[in-house]
Amino acid sequence: MLRWIVWRDLMLAWRRRADMLSTVFFFVIVVSLFPLGIGPETQLLRTIAPGVVWVAALLASMLSLGRLFANDYHDGTLEQLLLTPQPLFLVVLGKTLAHWIVAEVPLVLIAPLVGVQFNLSTETLWILFASLLLGTPVLSLIGSVGAALTLGLRGGGVLISLLVLPLYIPALIFGAGAVEASVMGTSPAAHLYLLGAFAIVSMLFSPWAAAAALRISLE
Amino acid sequence: MSPGTYVQLTGPNGSGKTSLLRILCGLLAPAEGQITWQGANIRSLGEEYVAQLTYLGHRHGIKEEFSPVENLRISNAVNGVSVSKERAEEVLGQMGLAGRESLPARLLSEGQRRRAGLARLLVCNTRLWLLDEVLTSLDKGAVSLVRSLIENHLDGGGIAIVATHQELELSAGRTKRLELTT
Repeated sequence: MLRWIVWRDLMLAWRRRADMLSTVFFFVIVVSLFPLGIGPETQLLRTIAPGVVWVAALLASMLSLGRLFANDYHDGTLEQLLLTPQPLFLVVLGKTLAHWIVAEVPLVLIAPLVGVQFNLSTETLWILFASLLLGTPVLSLIGSVGAALTLGLRGGGVLISLLVLPLYIPALIFGAGAVEASVMGTSPAAHLYLLGAFAIVSMLFSPWAAAAALRISLE
Repeated sequence: MSPGTYVQLTGPNGSGKTSLLRILCGLLAPAEGQITWQGANIRSLGEEYVAQLTYLGHRHGIKEEFSPVENLRISNAVNGVSVSKERAEEVLGQMGLAGRESLPARLLSEGQRRRAGLARLLVCNTRLWLLDEVLTSLDKGAVSLVRSLIENHLDGGGIAIVATHQELELSAGRTKRLELTT
């Protein structure tokens, strides 16, 4: 049943491709504005690259999180999902997994490409790719809790950013830290391990928290 | 409530028909008292209870991006029931949607979407039906279709609780009426 939920959300995303593309374009444009604004100062660009790419990824995921449950809430299908004979955290996990595939994986794939503008070495680009691959599931998972809590509220989009962005800070520090270590020529392994541990912890707790929040939002 | 019971919930707007149905399906926690199913509290039964019921809310539960066939098949697959494409087309034909079963639901009229949502009743094999204002925007033909669906369900030992402003009198005079007041 979990795979049907994932499949359903992937199909829905495919039918509304424009939403998915707008997230990716937002990411590409935000990241590209920095080299254009700063000019060809290679050393400076290389220093700020990790932070810029990671912050852009955080902001881009804000764009798509509001839709995680809202569309289903408005047409009544979320109620139906709550009334399926399976634990609610599995429903949430399925929807979060679909969100990661639709909204985050494109960013992970395109990040090494936009990273070229910052004069990063090939090795650093790989580390950037790896850190985003490990870190973006955290964005979807923690974001699902925020999305569930703000469901049905007016101005939920701003509120979700205020709730969720502070919780993203550990992922940002270790993710950007890994890339930074690689720029400096030291080993990024420690940062990546911590990022992986953070991803596992959020995978264990977020679906339960989001499920509880959904029940409250739908009462 | 014994098998074969049909209850029609009536009452003015805001009298709590929808709230009662949401409490009955477990979406809302009752402020006092408890709902029991075969002697056990539905809160402790959890998924076991949910597997026995079909709830149709006053929102259709239809995805606009999907066609009626996809809606029917996916909502059942998520429930763990697989419905073949042919079966889905047949059921939607019975609901009067023949020829429109592959159009995206956003192109359908309000009543047609309602019919697509009601098609779930034909494929589910649950015992308890909780229907909230499902007759809104349906034409006469569809209303009598719903009536015969409910009668078949009751004959099979099912229970139906329907909140409605319209009369939905069953033939055998087995309607129980519960009137809520504000």
